[in-house]
Amino acid sequence: MGNSMTDQTQTSEMQTPPRDQSDQKPGIIRVEGMHKWYGDFHVLRDLNLTVDQGERIVICGPSGSGKSTFIRCINRLEEHQQGKIIVDDVELTDDVRQIDTVRREVGMVFQHFNLFPHLTVLENCCLSPIWVRKTPRKEAEATAMEYLERVKIPDQANKFPGQLSGGQQQRVAIARALCMKPKIMLFDEPTSALDPEMIKEVLDVMIELAGSGMTMLCVTHEMGFAKTVADRVIFMDGGEIVEEAPPHDFFTNPQEARTQKFLKQILAH
Amino acid sequence: MTESTMKAPKKALRPVKWMRENLFSGWFNTVLTLGVAYLLVTSVGPLLNWFFLDANFVGSDASDCTGAGACWLFISQRLNFFIYGFYPDELQWRVDVMFLLLAVAFVPQFIERFPGRKWLGLFGIFGLPVVGYFLIPGGAFGLEEVQSSKWGGLMLTLILAYIGIIASLPIGILLALGRRSEMPIIRGICVIFIEVWRAVPLITVLFMASVMLPLFLPEGVNFEKLARALIGITLWQSAYMAEVIRGGLQAIPRGQYEAADALGLGYWRKVGLVILPQALKMVIPGIVNTFISLFKDTTLVLIIGLFDILGTVQSTVTDPAWQNVAIEGYVFVAFCFWIFCFGISRYSQNLERKLDTGHKT
Repeated sequence: MGNSMTDQTQTSEMQTPPRDQSDQKPGIIRVEGMHKWYGDFHVLRDLNLTVDQGERIVICGPSGSGKSTFIRCINRLEEHQQGKIIVDDVELTDDVRQIDTVRREVGMVFQHFNLFPHLTVLENCCLSPIWVRKTPRKEAEATAMEYLERVKIPDQANKFPGQLSGGQQQRVAIARALCMKPKIMLFDEPTSALDPEMIKEVLDVMIELAGSGMTMLCVTHEMGFAKTVADRVIFMDGGEIVEEAPPHDFFTNPQEARTQKFLKQILAH
Repeated sequence: MTESTMKAPKKALRPVKWMRENLFSGWFNTVLTLGVAYLLVTSVGPLLNWFFLDANFVGSDASDCTGAGACWLFISQRLNFFIYGFYPDELQWRVDVMFLLLAVAFVPQFIERFPGRKWLGLFGIFGLPVVGYFLIPGGAFGLEEVQSSKWGGLMLTLILAYIGIIASLPIGILLALGRRSEMPIIRGICVIFIEVWRAVPLITVLFMASVMLPLFLPEGVNFEKLARALIGITLWQSAYMAEVIRGGLQAIPRGQYEAADALGLGYWRKVGLVILPQALKMVIPGIVNTFISLFKDTTLVLIIGLFDILGTVQSTVTDPAWQNVAIEGYVFVAFCFWIFCFGISRYSQNLERKLDTGHKT
């Protein structure tokens, strides 16, 4: 989590196209007074967040702060017990159809990739477009190849996930999510399970994606990435949003004591 | 020679050296080796004699069995009964057609490059029972009706095992999914079903099916004995199958469920496209084990008066026209079961190899 990684991302900084500010929809994600408990344990306390279309948000915080749980609530992998989450004008409730509507528009990338090991890379990418979006197979495969090219592994299309390196698998996972043409992408510590030499290839893909105007919520410890692409950095601790600021202010002038302590710990060495 | 071109040293042992190292490496091993050799020499010879050299193959009745060895005549003379039971001779072509279709559907499954193998397999699973449903009992399409009480022998064994196997797998899958459901009512029903059926011996199930079930059915509704036995076997078997499959479901990492959810696949597509293909592959050995044990358990229908292959042989060895042919009869039955069970086992190993993408998440 140190400077070496920060350097890695900064090499890519020049390639980042500026954020497209034109047709932005305000409040594509709205979280209002959201609470979540695991049994008696109060994991998320009164979270409020509005994300506009095209915004890139980085969520950071110490482990156990609830940041992963928070973004997993946004596509209902976790259930919240109080408050409201509205994604693209659809509120997340117990209604399964509404949940599936939201999930079709929200792509997610996991820490451990979670590719389907019994399907080839191409089949992984085409599965949901074919079965959920009812895209004809030919068309779905063409789209998948496009995205595999964007993440720079079209030549691995017919391999099985187990034959790829961690970095390659994570890039496939990003391509798989993009094949659904989502409006929002969630990243749950996408580089935490990777060997150090593979982090850059994944971050490069994410930076490229950020430049294309995708709405992104990213839980990560990659502070270089946050500085490069984030519009806002959110710091969570103890299940609360402690501080929320543009990256420049966040890193140079943190307001809260807990933020200062956290930044000191991860940037010090 | 550099490090990179060095090859692993080959083990080149001559027979004598190999024997000295492996068979006679000490006084204890030498004694064991000699003992085993003695047993082999004294047992293989007599067995060969009994099975082949002194055995009787030609003739027409018991009086032709004059040699000291096995009386295979008994098998060949009564083969018709062992295979078809009391199925009328002139209608046995209908059973033969089913045997032929069974072979056409499944033998190609062992041949890697057989054209249309997949379709034949699908026909075997979905088409064959339909064809059999009309062909074997008859009564439709101008086919003469044959009461199920006349069915027997190998044919009956195969019908019981086949229906039991292909019906219990889907029911077992549903039960396993139900047991892991988040809906309490569905989960409760599945748990009770599985625990009740699994805790009852098959013999009890068969007795209940043949004696007690009619008492519970409304007047006028009556299944044949065979149908009742089949329902009993299938339900009993699906409880076992459910637990085998549940083992597979539980071995799938949570991330797979989450990834499928995140892609918006919905429950049935998630289960059908992502979870079950992986879970079933993982438990192939367990599933096949259950199949094989069901195949052999079908012999228990003997106790409710259905004559499967063991039943037909059993009733024939007591025939006064044939003396002392019990061993031949049981060896024949064992051989028949072995052929089918070994076939199932080989096929499953084949399948495991083919489906192995070699890499877990």
